[in-house]
Amino acid sequence: MDFLRPASWEEALAAKAEHPAAVPIAGGTDVMVEINFDHRRPEHLMDLNRIGDLEEWEVGEDSVRLGASVPYAKIMEHLRAELPGLALASHTVASPQIRNRGGVGGNLGTASPAGDAHPALLAAGAEIEAESVRGTRRIPVDAFYTGVKRNALAPDELIRAVHIKKADGPQQYSKAGTRNAMVIAVCAFGLALHPETRTVRTGIGSAAPTPIRAQAAEEFLNAALEEGGFWDSGKIVTPSVAKRFADLCAAACNPIDDVRGTAGYRRHAVGVMARRTLTWTWESYRGAHRLTEGAA
Amino acid sequence: MPTNGVPTRITQGSGTRGGIGESTLRPDGTLKVTGEFAYSSDMWHEDMLWGQILRSTVAHAEIVSIDTSEALALPGVYAVMTYDDLPTEVRNYGLEIQDTPVLAHGKVRHHGEPVAIVAADHPETARRATARIRVDYRELPVVTDEASATAPGAVLVHENRDDPHSRHVPHPNIVHRQPIVRGDVEAARRRADVVVEGEYTFGMQDQAFLGPESGLAVPEEDGGVHLYIATQWLHSDLRQIAPVLGLPEDRVRMTLAGVGGAFGGREDLSMQIHACLLALRTGKPVKIVYNRFESFFGHVHRHPARLFYEHGATADGRLTHVRCRIVLDGGAYASASPAVVGNASSLGVGPYRVDDVDIEAIALYTNNPPCGAMRGFGAVQACFAYEAQMDRLAARLGMDPVELRQLNAMEQGTLLPTGQPVDSPAPVAELLRRVKAMPMPPERQWESSEGADLRQLPGGLSNTTHGEGVVRGVGYAVGIKNVGFSEGFDDYSTARVRLEVAGGEPVAGVHTAMAEVGQGGVTVHAQIARTELGVGQVTIHPANTEVGSAGSTSASRQTYVTGGAVRNACELVRERVLDLGRRKFGSYHPAWATAELLLEGGKVVTDGGEVLADLVDVLGGEAVEIEEEWRHRPTEPFDLRTGQGNGHVQYSFAAHRAVVEVDTELGLVKVIELACAQDVGKALNPLSVIGQIQGGTTQGLGVAVMEEIVVDPRTAKVRNPSFTDYLIPTILDTPTIPVDMLELADDHAPYGLRGVGEAPTLSSTPAVLAAIRDATGLELNRTPVRPEHLTGTV
Amino acid sequence: MRLDLTVNGRPQEADDVWEGESLLYVLRERLGLPGSKNACEQGECGSCTVRLDGVPVCSCLVAAGQAQGREVVTVEGLADFAARRSRGGTGDACGTSPDEARGWQPHGAGPGTGEGSGLAPVQQAFIDAGAVQCGFCTPGLLVAADEMLERNPDPSDADIREALSGNLCRCTGYEKIMDAVRLTAARRSEEV
Repeated sequence: MDFLRPASWEEALAAKAEHPAAVPIAGGTDVMVEINFDHRRPEHLMDLNRIGDLEEWEVGEDSVRLGASVPYAKIMEHLRAELPGLALASHTVASPQIRNRGGVGGNLGTASPAGDAHPALLAAGAEIEAESVRGTRRIPVDAFYTGVKRNALAPDELIRAVHIKKADGPQQYSKAGTRNAMVIAVCAFGLALHPETRTVRTGIGSAAPTPIRAQAAEEFLNAALEEGGFWDSGKIVTPSVAKRFADLCAAACNPIDDVRGTAGYRRHAVGVMARRTLTWTWESYRGAHRLTEGAA
Repeated sequence: MPTNGVPTRITQGSGTRGGIGESTLRPDGTLKVTGEFAYSSDMWHEDMLWGQILRSTVAHAEIVSIDTSEALALPGVYAVMTYDDLPTEVRNYGLEIQDTPVLAHGKVRHHGEPVAIVAADHPETARRATARIRVDYRELPVVTDEASATAPGAVLVHENRDDPHSRHVPHPNIVHRQPIVRGDVEAARRRADVVVEGEYTFGMQDQAFLGPESGLAVPEEDGGVHLYIATQWLHSDLRQIAPVLGLPEDRVRMTLAGVGGAFGGREDLSMQIHACLLALRTGKPVKIVYNRFESFFGHVHRHPARLFYEHGATADGRLTHVRCRIVLDGGAYASASPAVVGNASSLGVGPYRVDDVDIEAIALYTNNPPCGAMRGFGAVQACFAYEAQMDRLAARLGMDPVELRQLNAMEQGTLLPTGQPVDSPAPVAELLRRVKAMPMPPERQWESSEGADLRQLPGGLSNTTHGEGVVRGVGYAVGIKNVGFSEGFDDYSTARVRLEVAGGEPVAGVHTAMAEVGQGGVTVHAQIARTELGVGQVTIHPANTEVGSAGSTSASRQTYVTGGAVRNACELVRERVLDLGRRKFGSYHPAWATAELLLEGGKVVTDGGEVLADLVDVLGGEAVEIEEEWRHRPTEPFDLRTGQGNGHVQYSFAAHRAVVEVDTELGLVKVIELACAQDVGKALNPLSVIGQIQGGTTQGLGVAVMEEIVVDPRTAKVRNPSFTDYLIPTILDTPTIPVDMLELADDHAPYGLRGVGEAPTLSSTPAVLAAIRDATGLELNRTPVRPEHLTGTV
Repeated sequence: MRLDLTVNGRPQEADDVWEGESLLYVLRERLGLPGSKNACEQGECGSCTVRLDGVPVCSCLVAAGQAQGREVVTVEGLADFAARRSRGGTGDACGTSPDEARGWQPHGAGPGTGEGSGLAPVQQAFIDAGAVQCGFCTPGLLVAADEMLERNPDPSDADIREALSGNLCRCTGYEKIMDAVRLTAARRSEEV
């Protein structure tokens, strides 16, 4: 095994081009476990910790450019307003120690369906900035997950940053697990309201071979909210609409039975979390809406 | 200052500090907080090699061939050993039945069984070498439960059994069977106004001690070996190791290295023999450290169980009879299964008065992981079931569940199902009263001015509820655990105590082979020596095999038995010191001959408080040292047909009240409070006793809501051997645990003390389950209860 | 490969480090600092917690090479680290030598204050509160608790639980650990 220590992003790209099988390591949350337990013996490990740029973020007009290695702890601390869903998701990641080192790039690189960031990225809307010596491209998050622990990266590409749309409305994130801290998701659910476009986006984790959006549920809810004039009136979402939305989210799942939970529980829990997060976000939207009305 | 032998009154209350009853601090505390305390995995030796074990990838198979040549060819590899390389004809070991091969012989019987061992210059070299060993398995069918293990034509886990239990068991795949029959259950059943039946399942729990199995074996010049090891019982290890190595016991030296928790999981051998074999083979020190994955295969677990109960009662709530059948899965090797069966059966009705009982407990041989000792040892599984039954009975009778328990509570003098009278206080009703009387935690503690505090809600930081679906429930349970090794076992301990003058003051030295696994035995030994010998300074020697056996650090027995041995040795030393004083100074004062003499504050004093001499002067340059074995009252085996017999030494009682909040929609549980009341006889060190109660309570909580080793019933392979998927409670899962400590002396025990470590593990689990039932209205006949069980999505 | 880093204020080097080794392995097996404990090697127990450039991390998940040129504080250096912090970041080492530690004798019933004991306040409080049983989780808990109190000198119980939720303990049921952290905070507020 060789240990590569690129001092700059350019060096990292060159190294990855030369050794496409090199395994990038930043927070170590996934890679070191595989090495410690003899599940993986890559020929090259490539340390990304020397590249300071990866731990930085920029808040732009419409989106946040989040360096691949910005630790979850920093997202929780500094980006709660811009990326509320991801900040909530970050808070559920493993332990404080892990949150101090792990970042979204690792979640994306591993592309495990259980990665905590995915549902929040799917719900918010995001693009992955992938780069190789051949150039840079942006991969929409919806197209990023291609299979169980597989993603759209080419062998010579590295994740440099994630461009996440700044929240234009309330976002929520819930994760079901059998312990009250430090637990891998049995399933997870992210929801973002986008009042500007009058749309709702979702993200589901650990309930299908890849992280997914509940598209039918989104379409149903978008239509129901529009038709009922909910965005304008700020009315309470009727229980039947919330229930239908929850049922469609559950139906979007394609889960398996495993040692962490049954398929039946995953479907059920996604439904419950969908209903609850819709209630929370909509209450929050209504609160903001009432404030706006009052001011007008 | 008193002059020699001339009496002077010492000031009232200036006796020896740091004696029994005080919360003195751990003597190893500073080493443990500075990182200097040497655990077994911290051992290091110049030029040492790393040992690695190749384990079976299948549960049940014939070994067709093993090819080690490629492994041996790897640079840096010093030795590869298989069954064929074992040095003597003794190739099995076991606590009671020697059925466990040191390395698999022709067959593997469970997933993860050791097949070959490697020594190399770096752990990675050892891993690479292990991966190059080729084992050709021919798979055999597996038996994984009672039905498959006792079906006609079932494959036998052990053929040609000749152990003592094999003669009375109904099937060779049953390790041991213990029936207990007393009274006339059929007649009693006719008197019952209500009868409740239940079937219960208890999942496989892991000890999950944090310090994985590890040790260092150093070859010695005389051809022997010195093993630095984390274990619960040095001499039991020694008795099993030496014959396999072909060495006399005095050439296998054992020193206790720091132990990172045990809870029963270090009662059996793990890497001990393997490290010694490799050290002797290579002539170099060999260190073996399991990783967490391997640790799940490297020690026995708590027996999973199926339990079938029938309770009857009259309309006014008096128990008429109990019928039960307890099926424990012992897995592939016997380990402590026979004794676990003895406990499960003899304590199978719990701390209640029942005259008519029909009990049967068995342990199976299957191809599942071997099961043996874990905190609570057979009494835990039974308590889960009989307490569920008591709640069910209360519901049927329309009675308060605590009142029903109190009405039937055992008292001093009550006969156990074995016919043995409980001959010390049994404050079962009182413990229930106390735990019920504790103030209830406030409702809806999660509500704060800034919204819901997730950390106080089910689901915790995962943000699954802000209060929706959350229902509170309250449940009670009480249990009985025996203390010490039962059923006629010669349960003794040995202590060597030395008193001498060092640096101008009297110093006591206490040397035992007791395994300090975290319980605080070393603290208590120093306290006993201070109390008995009246000295301030006590040195606790490292535990090793240079002193006689202390027995096991298990069965809640060490403070009782090794504590008893230390006290006994101290008393003998004191007598000898007083004799010395009489010879030196007896002529100075008549009190030497006539008064009751004590050692206090470094002086010889009369029971009237007069100082006769300084210990420093009595001892002069002499050291007084005594090593002596000490035994508690003998016990007897249970009759193999009726289960009658005075099998137990002492009992320990605890009661819990659990308050839980359940997210009833998502099936997530937050335990809000687990109050405990326990009779500890006499708290030698209250701080440590409370620590034991809180720790035991939390392990009971773990198996109530999350802890279970999941074994695939088709393949008998373990599905979750990691801390990612075998979950133990974090600090956010653990509630406040208020403890009400009762001290009713057991006159048969040293200082009146009771063993305390296990009882809190028993009643914690059923109390939590009862509280979840209270919150959800569900039946919940298994533990751990998972979100699936609470949401109907199994 | 060769590795240079600073551990507990002292420059350290290790040769022939295998590239797959963790920082934890290097500390324990190459630098003679076995205080950080190896209990799960997958970031699920916190026993190996150290501070890497000031940040608490699981050293089992840091590849050795990633620690090149970095500053590490382990439990062995915690007393020194806390002492320097309380003096405003200056001063000489004043940790507990092994010899001193071995010569330690149990005190009487009364809790100490940590004054002059050569221990960090949080270390003394763990002893006094009975938060140590087997002690295997203790080093990681101490590093995590010390860092939490550095950020949050007056934590609520929920704050303590959240900050320590990455550190498993199997012996104590955490109650005495809570006591120890509360005690540390209380002693500090008395001093101020």
